[in-house]
Amino acid sequence: MANQASIDWSGVNGRGGQLSANSPLDQGGHQQSVIRQVSIIGGKGRDGLHDAIDRLDLNMGDVVSVVGPTGSGKTTLINDMELFADGDTPTGRRILINGETPPEVFRDDPSRNPIALITQHTSFLSDLPVDVFLHTHAGIRRSSSREADELVRQTLDFANQLTGEPISLSSSMTELSGGQTRSLLIADATIICDTPIVLLDEVENAGINRSRALELLRGYKKIFIFVTHDPRIALLSDYRIILRDGRIADVLKTDARERALAPTVARFDDVLSDIRDRLRQGLRIENFDFGDVA
Amino acid sequence: MKLAICAGTATTGKSALLHHVIPRLQRRGWSVAFLKIDVQYADEDERFARDFSIPTRKVYSGDLCPDHCNVMVLGDAVQWAEKSGADILLVETAGLCLRCAPYVDRGLGIVVVEATSGMNLPRKIGPILSLADIAVVTKIDRVSQAEREVFRARIMEAAPQVRIREVNALHGIGVDPIADAIARQPDIDAELTLRGNPPVGTCTICVGKKTIGWQSHFGVVRALENQTFYRGE
Ligand SMILES: Nc1nc2c(ncn2[C@@H]2O[C@H](COP(=O)(O)OP(=O)(O)O)[C@@H](O)[C@H]2O)c(=O)[nH]1
Ligand SMILES: Nc1ncnc2c1ncn2[C@@H]1O[C@H](COP(=O)(O)OP(=O)(O)O)[C@@H](O)[C@H]1O
Ligand SMILES: [Mg+2]
Ligand SMILES: [Mg+2]
Ligand SMILES: [Zn+2]
Repeated sequence: MANQASIDWSGVNGRGGQLSANSPLDQGGHQQSVIRQVSIIGGKGRDGLHDAIDRLDLNMGDVVSVVGPTGSGKTTLINDMELFADGDTPTGRRILINGETPPEVFRDDPSRNPIALITQHTSFLSDLPVDVFLHTHAGIRRSSSREADELVRQTLDFANQLTGEPISLSSSMTELSGGQTRSLLIADATIICDTPIVLLDEVENAGINRSRALELLRGYKKIFIFVTHDPRIALLSDYRIILRDGRIADVLKTDARERALAPTVARFDDVLSDIRDRLRQGLRIENFDFGDVA
Repeated sequence: MKLAICAGTATTGKSALLHHVIPRLQRRGWSVAFLKIDVQYADEDERFARDFSIPTRKVYSGDLCPDHCNVMVLGDAVQWAEKSGADILLVETAGLCLRCAPYVDRGLGIVVVEATSGMNLPRKIGPILSLADIAVVTKIDRVSQAEREVFRARIMEAAPQVRIREVNALHGIGVDPIADAIARQPDIDAELTLRGNPPVGTCTICVGKKTIGWQSHFGVVRALENQTFYRGE
């Protein structure tokens, strides 16, 4: 096409030769050790007021919660991160990776994108079998397809540890229940994307085994950002970003007292989950011992 | 005069996209004119004239395929846009027949597809996708990141040389690079030529005559100003 030369989007769709040229690779043929930090450069809220921070640096290994009432802009904040906002979203925020404007190729080539976002969606619109979907995704997130079968197997195994209703490779994506959808999204982000930065939007509302999810996720060293209403996740984080009216209103570092509270909250949470499960299975609740918890 | 033709089936988000593109072009100092080609109903011309104070037109293709209609009227439309003082003509057309594509050489071809449309869509729509310069994927806010990535792979497989841009056309997220691409487009030539080969058929366009303007065609033709009429022996 005569006029294509005039559109200069270097690297767009270009997974070809340049992919492995200068990125440090781990054994999967997959770069990730390069990301050390992601930064949010403050923008403004719905009310036009500035975010309470000029710049917030999140470092490798940090676990961060984003909290605030419904409609306060939590999803919008993590969408800004996933889109590598550059003053071009309604919030005016900017995202830096390792202190610099991220290269275009992060947006344009999924195999180089260091961010995986687990959205709030509870259903898929993709009219593909689970098998084809996961294989295609593994093929584009990883440069080598040699390992695709193994990745798909691990992903399904991970997902099935989170949902009580096992997913089969032949089911159609659109048939999956809310819990199956969310389990698959978490597993896909963790195993197939396996990115250094993971954003999770209200995983607790998903009808999944939350304790198991946290346990499995904790096995990975990444920057985790949880949008959450869950006290257990919030207390487990290093920071809480507080949203109000679309604005970052505050950033709190989890203090020693809050940390000391976390194990008790976790035990409460387990007891409640257990009761919830029993009720769901049609069992009676008898002789429950709360003494140990409170 | 620069020309960008924005094609795609109904409700994919063409107007929503252009509604964000036009002010971005205006802010960079460009004067924009807008032409809408649709089969039987459109109000984008009134909306864009009101919102951006730009010259706009619409044409109903009626019995003609909108892409064929585009071939007929585009020559006139470029003259109209030039006379109205525009530097850029944006054309929105609902490509319906999926056998032809409305793009012309030296004009930027933009196809708009929605992320919600199903994974097989890129395999179904033919030249409107494969002959485009840019595929704009709208409604990314409605699907998961994983689905977006698989949809992108499906487009790349059907049309490897087409650039892909993902946008939320409702909030204008991701639109800047599309405005940039339009602004970087070279000026069009005096004679416009249709890109690719039209499908086999019996009218002069259908038999492969690619020159733009009803003056070069015979049979049932139409001008920007008139309804369809017969031209020939
Ligand atoms: N959620 C969402 N809705 C969109 C997006 N783009 C377009 N829409 C909606 O889709 C509908 C059709 O859009 P329109 O621009 O009129 O489509 P056209 O027929 O291609 O011009 C409208 O209700 C838009 O608001 C998008 O990116 N996200
Ligand atoms: N900083 C902002 N500027 C403008 N609009 C915003 C901002 N933050 C959020 N919004 C809008 O507010 C609405 C609710 O935000 P959302 O992120 O979905 O909230 P939450 O996830 O906390 O429920 C959305 O329509 C979003 O586009
Ligand atoms: Mg939300
Ligand atoms: Mg329209
Ligand atoms: Zn046609």
